Amino acid sequence: MAEKDLLYNYSLHLADNSMILGQRCGEWCGHGPVLEQDIALTNIALDLIGEARSLYQLAAELKGGNANEDTVAFLRDVLAYKNILLVEQPNTDWAYTIVRQFFYDVFHFYLHSELINSAEPRLSNIAAKSLKEVTYHLKWSSEWMIRLGDGTDMSREKMQEAVNGLWEYTGELYMPSDIEEQAFEAGFAPDLNILKPLWQEKVEDILAESTLYIPERNYQQKGGKKGFHSEHLGFILADMQFLQRAYPGANW
Amino acid sequence: MEINLEESFQKRIDDEIKIEPRDWMPEKYRKTLLRQISQHAHSEIVGMLPEANWITRAPNLRRKVALLAKVQDEAGHGLYLYSAAETLGMSRDEMLNELHSGKAKYSSIFNYPTLTWADMGAIGWLVDGAAIMNQVPLCRASYGPYARAMVRVCKEESFHQRQGYEIMLTLCQGTPEQKAMAQDALNRWWWPSMMMFGPNDDNSPNSAQSTKWKIKRFSNDELRQKFVDVSLPQAEILGITIPDPDLKWNEARGHYDFGVINWDEFNEVVAGNGPCNKQRLKARVDAWEKGAWVREAAVAYAEKREKRNSNKENSNAA
Repeated sequence: MAEKDLLYNYSLHLADNSMILGQRCGEWCGHGPVLEQDIALTNIALDLIGEARSLYQLAAELKGGNANEDTVAFLRDVLAYKNILLVEQPNTDWAYTIVRQFFYDVFHFYLHSELINSAEPRLSNIAAKSLKEVTYHLKWSSEWMIRLGDGTDMSREKMQEAVNGLWEYTGELYMPSDIEEQAFEAGFAPDLNILKPLWQEKVEDILAESTLYIPERNYQQKGGKKGFHSEHLGFILADMQFLQRAYPGANW
Repeated sequence: MEINLEESFQKRIDDEIKIEPRDWMPEKYRKTLLRQISQHAHSEIVGMLPEANWITRAPNLRRKVALLAKVQDEAGHGLYLYSAAETLGMSRDEMLNELHSGKAKYSSIFNYPTLTWADMGAIGWLVDGAAIMNQVPLCRASYGPYARAMVRVCKEESFHQRQGYEIMLTLCQGTPEQKAMAQDALNRWWWPSMMMFGPNDDNSPNSAQSTKWKIKRFSNDELRQKFVDVSLPQAEILGITIPDPDLKWNEARGHYDFGVINWDEFNEVVAGNGPCNKQRLKARVDAWEKGAWVREAAVAYAEKREKRNSNKENSNAA
């Protein structure tokens, strides 16, 4: 694959992860368990979508022609979306939302910690800006993991259920796609094998402090990176893309 | 003694000296303010719902981010206002209980549905526009914490209003379908926005006292007239028509005349029979009830940690 195509595809994969999780976090706006946390989660949504925009802008620039951040984000169907399965999982409740966020934040943090050294300056710049935000996201979700895991019996039960429910979507974080492998070889993406033990250690530490455990059943789902998603993504895109599809070419 | 307190209280107000939480105040002043500020806070958080509706469906990324930030601002306004109201002696949880039980009211405008993207424009332009007219004078309200909260609220609201108008402008300069969408939103939001100023002056029983206490600086009808006068040229720039056949310039008054408001509709919505009253309240109650275990766990964890820390200190001391 030509380097330009490779960078395009890799940027899209990163952008789709943050975009879809940002969309999920945005669903909470106005419905949070307490006003301060409604605000906090909306902040995270804003950061994630902000990062996705930078990456979509890069992708659009590489694509050329009339492409822009919106054509790239809004005019691809499910199979062309390359986000991991974890981020498209439904909010379900505050426990699922926190656990999903925490699993992603740990990954996102170590990813950007490496990506700031990317040979591709446009990626390293985006990572540098995002890393500051992601550091805060990780602090926030870690604190909520501990608070709810070690809170009441009921909160521990709900958190363990969410850990059990989402664990099977964590393996995909470290199963490299062809794009990720080639991007690593080309020098602009980190080696997922280096990130994996860091993720595991951090997750084990926080789960232990949260009095939660990793489920024994350890089958791992995969497919998102190749465009084979859960059924949820189609509905996310249906909402997200509705106006762009219903009024093609309109300016908003 | 009581009379002297009342007199010196009124003198401070007449001299434009702010009343602060620890100052003596008549019970009715405290109650009036508590009702007004908590109602305002409730309006901010219920008001998040009709717009939050469109966050997942915003037409492009720039609009999505702007809408998220806007709805988040409303949550922030709710926070400032609950804090201001708490200085009058009621906790946020108690105020929320009153909202959830239906005892406390919130602005009726949020009981109307948001059907199209143009509603995000119309709400910003008209609803936030009307809110600003009501709220700017509150920056000079006699109660210090309220006035200071309102200064922050108004700054952000005027930004929201420009943002909403810009959405309308973009739609009106867009395709015929987009312009029709903008016209439809104006048709649906105009009269409810006019009702936001409250009953006519001759039918507004609490206004005189609030004016004397400098909680209220302008009458409902004065503010409504100002809103009409400002909005009409704005609609002309957009090239869409305000749905009021009686709207015309009155040279003698130096103002636009306008049609009669349907107060029956207003009263029905206030009484709980608007198109979305039940859904809005249910959404708030659901959020609160589904969040109960989260809030309980946060308290339980904080207590545990406190206990652990004090145990640690005790054993260190020993």
